[in-house]
This record gives sequence, structure tokens and C-alpha cells, in this order.
Amino acid sequence: MTQSMLIQRFIGEPGGLLKALHALQNSNTNNFLSPQDLELVSGAFGVPLAKVWGVATFYSLYSTIPRGRYIIRVCESAPCHVVGAHNILTALAKNLNICTGETTADGKFTLEVTSCLGICGVAPAIMINDTVHGNLTPESLASVLALYN
Amino acid sequence: MFYRSHVLVCTGSNCNIKGCQGITEALRRELTRLSLEQEVRLVETGCLGLCEHGPALVVYPEGVMYVRLTAADVAEVAEEHLLKGRLVPRLLQPTATVDSGYSLNMSPFFSKQKRIVLKNCGLINPDSIEDYVHADGYIALATTLDTKTPTDVIDVIKKSGLRGRGGAGFPAGRKWEFTRWATGSPKYLICNADEGEPGTFKDRLILEGDPHLILEGMIIAAYAIGATKGIIYIRGEYDLSIRRMEHAIAEARKLGLLGQNILGSELEFDVEVCAGAGAYVCGEETALIESIEGNRGEPRFKPPYPAQQGLWGKPTCVNNVETLANIPAILQHGAEWYQQIGTANSPGTKVFTLTGNIINSGLIEVPMGITLREVIYEIGGGIPEGRSFKMAQTGGTSGGCLAEEHLDIPMDYDSLAGHGSSLGSGALLVMDDSHCIIDLTKCFLKFFVHESCGQCTPCREGTPALYSIIDKLSRGLATESDMRLLKRLSRTMQSSSLCALGQTAPVPVLSALVHFNEEVEAHFKGDCPTCKCHTARGGRQSAN
Amino acid sequence: MLIDVTIDNVCVQVPTGSSLLQAAEKAGIKIPTLCYHPDQSLKAVCRVCVVEIEGQRLLQPACTYPVFQGMQVRTNSPSVREARQTIVELMLSSHPQDCLKCPRNLNCELQSLTQQLNITQSPFPTLPREYQSDSSTFSLIRNPNKCLNCRRCVEACLDVQEIGILYSTGRGKQTIVGTALGQDLNELPCVFCGQCLQACPVGAITEVDETERVWEAIADPRKHVLVQTAPAIRVALGEEFGMPAGAIVTGKLVAALRRLGFDRIYDTDFTADLTIIEEGNELLERLQHGGTLPMITSCSPGWIKFIEHTFPDLLPHLSTCKSPQQMFGALAKTYYAKKVAIDPQDIVVVSIMPCTAKKFEAERPDMRSSGFKDVDIVLTTRELARMLKQSGIQWNDLKEDTYDTPLGISTGAGAIFGATGGVMEAALRTVYEVVTGQELEDIDFKSVRGMDGIKEAQVELGGNVIRVGVAHGLKQARKLMEDIASGTSPYHFIEIMCCPGGCIGGGGQPIPTTNATRQRRIAATYQVDKEMPVRKSHQNEAVSTLYEEFLKRPLGFKSHELLHTHYTKR
Repeated sequence: MTQSMLIQRFIGEPGGLLKALHALQNSNTNNFLSPQDLELVSGAFGVPLAKVWGVATFYSLYSTIPRGRYIIRVCESAPCHVVGAHNILTALAKNLNICTGETTADGKFTLEVTSCLGICGVAPAIMINDTVHGNLTPESLASVLALYN
Repeated sequence: MFYRSHVLVCTGSNCNIKGCQGITEALRRELTRLSLEQEVRLVETGCLGLCEHGPALVVYPEGVMYVRLTAADVAEVAEEHLLKGRLVPRLLQPTATVDSGYSLNMSPFFSKQKRIVLKNCGLINPDSIEDYVHADGYIALATTLDTKTPTDVIDVIKKSGLRGRGGAGFPAGRKWEFTRWATGSPKYLICNADEGEPGTFKDRLILEGDPHLILEGMIIAAYAIGATKGIIYIRGEYDLSIRRMEHAIAEARKLGLLGQNILGSELEFDVEVCAGAGAYVCGEETALIESIEGNRGEPRFKPPYPAQQGLWGKPTCVNNVETLANIPAILQHGAEWYQQIGTANSPGTKVFTLTGNIINSGLIEVPMGITLREVIYEIGGGIPEGRSFKMAQTGGTSGGCLAEEHLDIPMDYDSLAGHGSSLGSGALLVMDDSHCIIDLTKCFLKFFVHESCGQCTPCREGTPALYSIIDKLSRGLATESDMRLLKRLSRTMQSSSLCALGQTAPVPVLSALVHFNEEVEAHFKGDCPTCKCHTARGGRQSAN
Repeated sequence: MLIDVTIDNVCVQVPTGSSLLQAAEKAGIKIPTLCYHPDQSLKAVCRVCVVEIEGQRLLQPACTYPVFQGMQVRTNSPSVREARQTIVELMLSSHPQDCLKCPRNLNCELQSLTQQLNITQSPFPTLPREYQSDSSTFSLIRNPNKCLNCRRCVEACLDVQEIGILYSTGRGKQTIVGTALGQDLNELPCVFCGQCLQACPVGAITEVDETERVWEAIADPRKHVLVQTAPAIRVALGEEFGMPAGAIVTGKLVAALRRLGFDRIYDTDFTADLTIIEEGNELLERLQHGGTLPMITSCSPGWIKFIEHTFPDLLPHLSTCKSPQQMFGALAKTYYAKKVAIDPQDIVVVSIMPCTAKKFEAERPDMRSSGFKDVDIVLTTRELARMLKQSGIQWNDLKEDTYDTPLGISTGAGAIFGATGGVMEAALRTVYEVVTGQELEDIDFKSVRGMDGIKEAQVELGGNVIRVGVAHGLKQARKLMEDIASGTSPYHFIEIMCCPGGCIGGGGQPIPTTNATRQRRIAATYQVDKEMPVRKSHQNEAVSTLYEEFLKRPLGFKSHELLHTHYTKR
């Protein structure tokens, strides 16, 4: 399916712009909104490109830079913080040899921090794409990452 | 078909993470192996509440809950309990014992709770409208449409004293009334499920565990305010909630509960799901409306209020998930019944999410006015690892931190507000004595810096400024004038920010200054009593 | 209906629907504002105007809070003063402290605020931003580091001009007004109209300053420096020297330019008259020979760039006439050079324009028909004012002077080019008389004057009814273009000016330029016209001489070579 077919059904819909951005980002192999995607949305919705850019850079689920196949989102809100989220982030960065916001050289993982994911019942927690992993310790991370190797 | 036993496996998000799928599969295999399929019914249900101890399941009619299960454990439960009728003591939930009482109802985690909103969570299959109807679902709607005018409904809700459960605690009935009498059409009803307050996951688990309850509440609300179009705005991260809700909407449409002539009445109302894209501020009702319109989620100035000019400029009522989840019960049992629960100014129950250093972290529903002590020590099981309680933050990151002397404060809107905190979204973050108030305040502020929408000056510029002053304090470098500035900035942000995000961002700072003054003073002198702050240990560094 | 409001113990009566700001003004109080702009929607984002309203827990912005009967307001209480001060200090914490080097120094709303609120320093840690300044164009410089996020430029671009180059981007501390994908303005369909600059309260958007190049040219003894002044300058420059909006300063303008050292002081009004002759004949040609209609005026470079980007298929509708600025440049280096026997290589043409897009227009590759760059340097009204201040010339002491001949001779028709509808009115005055051979009884075409977005008129020309339309501001222009594209345009001739109010409201004019100042400048423009002895372009004797001596005839060979151009799809 082409990108423009992908967003076709949202065009008539009031407020469909966010849905179109979701659809485009999900179909992008680099997990981001490319300039072409944004231009497509701008044209399809008759909205200035600057506004589409403004919307895309407002929401944290959208990225305007290419990312890895798996996006690791580490919650650093208070409930995770008090049970050691920082250690998880440090361990992940060390394990993957990247800093927050970066992508591994093989294009596999992107490491991001995020506000509360609403899974505090199993804090500290991370999300890898749509999958949540909870009750983590720096030691248990290796086995989690292994699932993606 | 009659089943001897029902086994309810929690498939809420938290248990999902912990591998409940494997549990369900294992159990299904075991039931086949033991030829129990005709006798025991397996139900995949919503959150049971004891998230810390998941994956979990409950066997009825005994009401026995098994926790922290592995696939191997499931075989034992099936063999022992389901086949032979013997308990498996080692897998019982933490507060239950074989002798003192193993039934859920006898465990303080459950016995102290009062479940209105969560009544079906963990008992029914959320993907089955039949299950919901069997549990008296949609009866409140049917009788309301039959016997009450929209104004009657608003009167009942006003009389019940139900207050908005999203944080601000505005009387729900009055909000409905404003929208009802506003001019303009169509009118919109929005269910706010953009749950972003750190430490809050109640809406997620309600949506996952009992989606039809929300729909029923919404249809009744739509009837009361005259809305024809409903939108459920769910956080983009809540994948399962979105799927379950969409499924529920499709089911309800099929049965004529949504669409035209609902249940044969004149009522027309339909609902769609709208997914967020990751912005805490969209929990603010006008930001949420902007987001639905496909814009940056920036709050609007008020007045005009959404009841006058909301979505697409039309009268709009925005209610939180939990508020709507209370509606069917109130209409079914009456305003008087509801008023008897909770306190005079905050009737009803409140769903809390327990997080942090607490044994039973998870989801609970308790009458308003219960004390913090009861929640933490009786329901929550206390502080783990033999440490002691230091503080609890109620209401999420925009709430204040309460100290030990506040443990007996009743948890309701007004009592908590009186102590510089709030009931907020129902988040309850418990912290033991290893934590540092300044370190935590930094963590809270970091959140606001990241989540400020950036629209108004006090919040956009103020949140990073607050952070930098607290950071200075944590390094023992703050001066007297910094401390004065901290207070002045906090006052300005509270009084002058455009929306509640900026207005409440200084709350944790101010509560730290009031309730943990000694510790703040210690940092001022360059000392971090819990050794959490980096350069403090070496004593006060020169500010020059 | 009037309602009673008490502000700082002063009772005032205001009509329902008034803003608190208006009520306060009536009570003799100026509440400080920043994101508020009299011509724009209410934003309430800067929070500088917060006040205390009895019964309200929080402070409320005066710009948006509706007045109600019996309202009690305090605008100067300790909490209000503290909040205002803190908010402005917060603005300062991320604003570069380089006022001395800023083009908006002494005409900056943030500066005024700090002064008004008696702020001498910000106690907040300065958190400098490190955005790249965009100086990619000949017209505008955008320095986001100075941006206060008031969003007035966003509205000017998106809602007034409906282009939408600028928008709020990012979130939290990273929120900043920016462009799509962070691109530079020269990569975007920006038309350089400068309406964003006019809306900016500070120096985040400024014009490209070329005053230094003019000083150099004047100082160079080998150079013969000509200056031309656009019609809109004489009704606006006075504002830079404390005169009220709409003051007519033609004589002082000429005197000042002479004192600065220009060799000849000429008037773009002269080539405006010439434009009418060329464009009028082009219209008649198209009417008589089935040319593309409606024909659209082509004086406004922002408008030209807009149509090149947005409606390239409609380019044949544009008149091929160059703008008066460019006609002047082309003639200065040919006709004039020959006349005074000066090597065109040594002639420097400087224009004083109300416009930032004119800087871009002068750089267009096709604007070299004299064999040289036709117009060398374009200054805005503001840059000229800056040069005058630099020179120490005392404005008030200037004696009025008159333009040099022959390129300084003009008519009232040339003068009204500066206001929306002016080109149309000037054209009608000429076309009518040329076609019918009769003298117009009433030469004031009032229906095409004024600030209404789209105006129209019809004239009977030799048995045919000619319908004309006028639009100013690109939002209105777009509407007329869409009608043409869909084949529903009723007009034969359309005038379009890029900026609201026409050139008198241009991006190069004194700041502030609001709709109120635009009205005054428009009124002054028609006053100039009224006072001119000759008010029809075809009666400009210098223009007639030009045809006799040089061009020979309208739309002739020389005209095509020097005065007409072509357009390209962008």
C-alpha cells in the first residue's frame, strides 16, 4: 500500500491529521515521520507544512529523525524513579553502548526516555515498541534484550 | 452450561507484562489434560488489583487467589485445586493463609475495598458484552431511558454529589447542566482517558477490565446533556485499552446500544476512539480538545469553557473515565445510596493506584475518607524490605508530598487540599526512608520541564528555572536569594500560568519546603541526609 | 448595554463584550501586554497582562477575561506586580541581552516592559538558546534566539497572509516559532512580505540592513547616486521622528535625502505614472485582442512571488509590466544616463521602499535589462530613518525641498499607488479618458479605496462594461485567484497588493504598523493626491517627454526591453 493510500481514509475526517501521522510513522521502516510523509500530510489535509511540523514535534510518540527497528522507552517518572529506573537507564545505555536519544550502529535499537507509561504496577518498566517489560533489574535486562536478538 | 468452577485469569496490562498469556495457555492445556473443560470455565478478565504479585488468577466459588504464577505452578493449581479440591498454600496471595482465611473477601487487600467502579474488573471477560449484561450491565441505562428525563438524570447526579475524578473534583452534575443548557449543536461528550499523571493507571485498567461500564456511563451522560457524538480519547501508549474499547463499541453498536434509537428510544449517540500521541498536557480538557481537532495539544484560555465552546466550537462535556464509570451505579442504586459512601463533601469511592515502596502495589477502590495509614499499611501491606515510611505523594506528580504526621488524614478532596496536596488522579506513590526529598523534587520537576506545552511564559520558562534552582540546592549551592526566588517563582506559576499544569508544577516544591523543611535546610547547608544528592556528601561547596 | 466595572477603585462604564484591557484604558490605566496585538486574535499566552479579579482564585489575563456587571479589578496589587515582574524576568532569562546591537533597540516591546515594570536585572539563571540565525534571504533575518513565543508572527503569516511559513514547533522549553523541517526562508515559499516582522514585538525578525552600502556609495566620488522614494514613504517616515501616523512629510523627505548626499532625489511616483501608461495599454490590448483576462497588476513583489509559488498556472494573467521601482532603475541607467552623459556603470540607484520584498525583487535575475543591475540597493523606510538619525540631521529643522526633474515629476495618480486600490484608481482615470476621449467628471473612485478585504467597481468604457476587483493581503488575493482558477471570476482587471492596506502597510514601514496606522496613512495618501496639480498619469509631462525622446510608444520595442518582464513557476 502506498503512503497516500494509507492516509486516504483519514482525510475527510475532522481532526484526522494525528491519525494520519500515526499511520505513516507505523508504516515507516525507520520508525519516524520522513519529510516526504509530512509533505504528504500537508498536501492531503491542506494544512501548511509548518503546522504539520509543529504538530509532529509536539507529541513525544512522533519522531522526525530516523530511529531503530526497536524503540526502547525507559520511564523516568517518579514511581519508576523510586524503584531504580535510573539504574535501568544506565545499564541499557551501557549494554547498547549508546546515549539517550541515539540509535545503535546496526540500526536495531533506539534508546529514549519517556514520561509515565501507566504501568507503574510493575515498576521499573520499559516499553520496547508495543511490548512492556516490568519489574526490571539491571541484571534482568540482558534477557529482555535477548528477546530482540 | 453449568460449571463447577470458574477460573479468572487477570489479563490486565500489568499481568500481561508479567506473562499472563503463558498462564492462560498452560491452564487451557491442563484443563484439557485433566478433562476438566466441561466442569471448569476459564475466563480472561481485567485487573484483579494486586499487580505487584502478578500473574494472578482467582478460583471461584471459593474466591481463592493464586499469585506470582509460572506455567509450572499452573499445573499444580489445576491438579491440586481444580481436580482434587486442595489449596496450594505456597501460591496464595500474600495476606491469605490456609488457616485464617484464604478467601479474597477475608483478605484485608480486598475486604477494606468498596468496589463500584471496579465491580466487574477481574470478574468478567471484558471482551464479552454478554458477560457485562449478565453482571447487570446496561440495566441502569435501560431503566433511565424508561423512567427518567434528562433533567432527572442531572438532578440525580447533582444530588449524589459525584465530583470529577480526573483531578480537579468539579461537581459532575453541574458540568452536565452547563452543557445541557448551552446553546449550539451538535453537542459532544468526551471521555478523558488520556491518563498521564505519573503513577496512575486506573483508567487503563478500567478500560481494559470493564469497557462497557464506560460506554454505559457515556450513553447515560449523552442522554442527560443532549450529546449525539462521543469520543474516547485514550493515550496512544494504551494499546490494549484502545483495542478493548474499540471491540466494546462494535459490540454495543451491534446490539443497538449505540447509534440511532438506542434501546428503542429517541436517543441517538455514537462513540469513537481517538488515540493520543504522547503529551501529558492533553489530559487538560481544552488541550485534549485541541488534540482531537488535530492540533498541537495546547490548552485554551478559559472562559469560554468547553461547555460553551468546546470541540469544533460546540458545547462539549469532558468527563474522566472513573467519573463516567460511577454513573450506572448511581442511577441504579440512587443518589442517597451513593451519598452514604465516602464523606459528606466527597461522596463515593476513589480508585487509587499504589506504587513505589509498597508491598501490594496495584489497583484498589476504597471509600473516600479512608486514611492514608489504612491504605498503606492494611491494604497495601506496608513498606517492603523492613524499611520505614518516609512520605507519600498523592495526586500524581502535581500533588504534594505528605509526611508521617499526615498518615491519618482522610483521603478526600478537601482534606488533602488542606494539606497542600490533592486527591488528583488517585496516584499514591509511597516512598521509604532511603529517599531524598530534594532528589525526588528534581525528578518531579524534570517531568514538568519535559511535559510543559511551552505555550505560556510562566510554565515554559518557569519549569526549567524551578528545576535549576532545586538542582543548585541539591548540590549545596543555593543561596538565600535563590530560596526567596524559588518561592516567588512558585507563587507566580501558581497564579498566572494558563493551565493547571503550570499552576500545579510548583506544588511538590512547596510541599517539600513545608513538610520536609529540615531536610531542605540540610541541603541548603550542603548535606544530603540520605546521600542521594551527588556532591553534597563532601559538605557545602563554595557558592562563589 | 453599558456595564459597571471598578478598576483600581475607579468606576467606569463599558459596553458588554469589551475587554478588560479596554475598560482599564477607560479608567486611565495601561495594563502591560506582549502577545496582545490590536489586529489579531487573543492569545493569552504571555501572561504579562494578568490582573486580580474579585472572586477569582487565580490571576486572570486582562486581554481575554470578559467584563461583567459589578466586576472588581485590581491591576496594581502586590501579587499582580510580583507576577508581572517575575514573568518578564523569565522572558529575559532566555532572551539575549544584546539590546545595544539590536535593530529594535529603543523600539522593542520587551524593553518597554522592563522599563515600565522597573526591572533592572533578571535574577533567573540565563538559559541561552543556540538556534541558528537565518540570513538566507535578501530581505529578512530571523533570529529565533530572541523569540518570546508570542506567536504574533505566526498569525500574521498564517491567518493574515494565509501562507503559513511560521508555526510553533517543539514542546516545553524547546518550544519556538520555527519553519517546516527547520528550513531556511529561501528554501520555502516565503514571499518576504515582512508582515511577520511587523508583528514581532522584539528583534527576532528584522530586515537585512543595507545602510552601510549606501553610505559607501554616497562617499565614493566616482559614483553618481540616485535615490527614488516610493509613494508610501512620504506618509510614514514622519512616525520615525515622533510625528503622528499619517503625517505628510514629502518636502522634509526630499530635504533629508539631499542633506544625506544623494546626487539626485527622484520619485518612484514618476515611474508609477509610467506604469499606468504601459499597464493601461496592455489592458486595452488584452481587451481588444482577446488576451488573457482578467489581467492582474504586478507592482507588488511579494504578490508576484506568491503567485509564482501558489498559482503558477495563472501567471499569464499577470501584467508583464515591471514594478515602478524596477522601471525606474532600468530607465535611470539608460535614458537618464544618456541624457546626463554619465556612464551607467557609475550610476548607483538606491530605492527607499516600504517593503522588504523589494530587496528581493531588485535581485531577481531578470532585473538587469539596462545591462547593469537596474536597482542597486533597496532600503526600507526604517533603514532610511536609521541613516538620518546616524547623520545627526535634525528632522524638525529640515526645510521642505522638492524633487529633481525630470524623474521626480509625478501626478496624484502615481501617489495613490501606495494605498490599496490606488493602482486601480489611477488606471481607471487614464484608461477611461484614453478610450472615451472624454474627461472624467469625478476622478475619485471611492469604491476601490479603504481597508475592506476585497473591493470592486465597474466602469463603462466605450459601450463595454469593465469590471475591476481589488484585493490586499494574500488571504484575499488567494480568494480572487481561486475564482479565476475555477472560471468564476467576474473581473477584467484586478489589482493585488501583498500587504494589508497596500504598500503603506508594508513590511518595511515604521513599527508599529497596525490597521489604525494604516488607515491614517491611507487618508494621508489621498490627501497627497488631492493636493497635486495634476492627478492623471497620462497628463504627466515628463512621462510624455520620455516617450517622445526615448520609448517612442507604449508597449513598443524599448518598453518591452526595459519595462516589461516575465515570471517563472517556483
